Amino acid sequence: MTEEPIFSLRNRWFTTAVAVTAGIAVVSATVGFLWLPTLQADARLAGMWDAICSAAGIVRAAPNESLVVQGTYQTSGVIAFPETMENASAISIGRGATLALPCTVCHGARGLSEADSPNLAGQYPLAIFKQLVDYKSGARVNAIMSPRVAGMSDQDMRDLAAYYAYLPRLPGQHPATAGATPRIVESGAPMRNIAPCATCHGSVDYKAGSAWLEGQSPVYLAAQLRAFATGARHNDINQQMRNIARGMSSAEIDQAAQYYAGQP
Amino acid sequence: MLHSRRLILAHFWLAFAGFGIALVLGEWQMFIRSPLHAWIGNPEWYYRSVTAHGTAMAYVFPTLVSMGFGYAITEAALKRPLIGARWAWTGFALVAVGTVTAVVPVSLGLASVLYTFYPPMIGSPFYYIGVVLVVVGSWIWVALMSVNLYTWKRANRGTPVPLAMFANVAGSYLWAWTAVGAAIELLFQIIPAALGLTTTIDAGLARVFFSWTLHAIVYFWLMPTYIAYYTIIPRAIGGRLFSDPMARISFALFLVVAMPIGVHHLFADPEVGAGFKFMHSVFTALVALPTLLTVFTICASVEIAGRLRGGKGLLGWVATLPWRNPMMLAIAFSFVMLGFGGAGGIINMSYQLDASIHNTQWITGHFHLIFGGAIVIMYFAIAYDLWPHLTGRALDSFRLMRLQLWSWFIGMIVLTFPWHYVGVLGMPRRMAFYDYADPAIAPQALSVIASVIGGAILVVSGALFVAVLVRGHRAVRVEPGAYRFSVAVHQPQRVPAALNGFGLWVSLMLALTVINYGFPIVHLLSLPNTSVPVVRIGAAK
Repeated sequence: MTEEPIFSLRNRWFTTAVAVTAGIAVVSATVGFLWLPTLQADARLAGMWDAICSAAGIVRAAPNESLVVQGTYQTSGVIAFPETMENASAISIGRGATLALPCTVCHGARGLSEADSPNLAGQYPLAIFKQLVDYKSGARVNAIMSPRVAGMSDQDMRDLAAYYAYLPRLPGQHPATAGATPRIVESGAPMRNIAPCATCHGSVDYKAGSAWLEGQSPVYLAAQLRAFATGARHNDINQQMRNIARGMSSAEIDQAAQYYAGQP
Repeated sequence: MLHSRRLILAHFWLAFAGFGIALVLGEWQMFIRSPLHAWIGNPEWYYRSVTAHGTAMAYVFPTLVSMGFGYAITEAALKRPLIGARWAWTGFALVAVGTVTAVVPVSLGLASVLYTFYPPMIGSPFYYIGVVLVVVGSWIWVALMSVNLYTWKRANRGTPVPLAMFANVAGSYLWAWTAVGAAIELLFQIIPAALGLTTTIDAGLARVFFSWTLHAIVYFWLMPTYIAYYTIIPRAIGGRLFSDPMARISFALFLVVAMPIGVHHLFADPEVGAGFKFMHSVFTALVALPTLLTVFTICASVEIAGRLRGGKGLLGWVATLPWRNPMMLAIAFSFVMLGFGGAGGIINMSYQLDASIHNTQWITGHFHLIFGGAIVIMYFAIAYDLWPHLTGRALDSFRLMRLQLWSWFIGMIVLTFPWHYVGVLGMPRRMAFYDYADPAIAPQALSVIASVIGGAILVVSGALFVAVLVRGHRAVRVEPGAYRFSVAVHQPQRVPAALNGFGLWVSLMLALTVINYGFPIVHLLSLPNTSVPVVRIGAAK
């Protein structure tokens, strides 16, 4: 016995299945692409074809450039990729060491500060590079740093970042932390939209461009958090640090700063 | 008579071993983020556990059950030894090696990305390569099912393909095609990034590819359960299958409408247009069709059993059903959970209603109720039914089996109902920490504790399940006879060609995939500047 051919107009299973499937597809497409878009009161659609393109998800230019909000201050222009500063050459590190001579006044002979300036030894190179670029562009402002960076070339900043990243981090004699990890560091505050610090600053995950915080001066850390909270510092690209710092209490800022200062 | 008993047992035991470990991990996750336990402090431990739980439960466990059950069906339904047993062992080895390759980096904290991958997070390449090996191993099974079916068909022209084999091959084809989406995502997007060959990834496109896999995979998990509904339960409770063609139509429809619907997972995503979201919503709704056909057919089949046992009147047959038979309990529990889970699913598939529960614990509750409840309880039933045929020994711990099925049912309800409830209240999912001291979520503490208790009951039930099977290996030897499937009221002498093969249904499945996924994928591929830097998980800090 031979079976009847399936893909034949005489086979009612074939014709019915195809017709029903196609019918459902056509009806749902008509509703989804033609009817529903026209029901949206706020849709700025210029006719049928525009409605179809909109429902198909085609990217369209914003109708009016005035909708793009511009900041009243210089924003950071650094695009950080995890691989941006990888594999620095020995020449780059050496150049960085020479260029770093003026920096030693505040940041210490080997990148370890005794003046409540940031420790740079072993810092992620991308974090250093981003701050230097931001100082130069004016996205971050500091009376001492801004004029120092003004004359630096892009390569200078890369070399400095490579040199400081190459230096060993704070050695082990640093005092170990006393007491438990503060709740704000460990868990953040989900109901205030504050993520745990470790989400970006290492130990759970490292987000490109964020800094190594362990062993930094508590004065410096607290000052930066307060500067973010007031908006005096604003070179965090998506306001992530400003949003976090604004939601933190003054006590939490001090706890977090003390905690990271005490970490080896 | 089953010839490849060792092969099938190997699949089942590896599946159940992974299931057991993942079950304990799941309960640990529930416990440590509940108000009963202080916050563990490191969310990475939590996500590591979730990744292992999801990988074992979603990829390894159901795939191995489908493969093992598929080999059993092939031999029992076609009444001949499996063709390609050596290939089958190769497939099993690939799944086993893939599982180990994937689980080692997860255990080391190098791939805490969850089983749904979530790029731009990128973990160790070994995790993804392990998952690919599992899929490749399962594709060998797909090919073997096809080869066995067509060899049999050539030798038995004009004879209807046995229903169990028809359904089994439908499930394998569904899996073959649905796995393609995740395979493309892994091979062309994630693994190159994991190996360091690329540093950016188009996360939106990756999510579209994964949605291709993510919904139909649920129907792949469902297939052994549906096969058991149609071909085991009526026989096991002393009834007849109400309609053989209705069963074939259900499986054919699953093949067609299970595939082009995955974008309902992306209702809150910006990269897919609203028109395609609506189309996927419509086709998701159509899945209710084969589901309701099945509910009708199986209820009718069960009614036949009740009436054959002397039940009279409108509902009198319910009382005469063999309620002390574990199979009867399993189908009843499975249907209750399928009913609640399906009702919840109708809310998820609706573009508008979904907005209120998207990414909340409601979703976690939903897929645990459907998969962990309605589907897995039938995996237990399948194992109980097959075990004497695999071991050659009696499986007669009936009290223990009933206790196990009851506790699984109660545990799953106690676990998932509060989950749905807190989801409606807005509790987000995929979070490692909830601050129950906060007045805004303090009232949810009680519901979360109830879920922990439900999970504990499930762990006990899982242990009972393993105990029943182990006892089965030590019981007295018996001659179980030939493995039989249900007989229909009207056993078909011949069936239409459309219901004896897959050409029509696979063609419709492919066509609908092109219609519903073609434009979004091509469009996203053509857009410039859609990639974002990858976020390496577990990299040096």
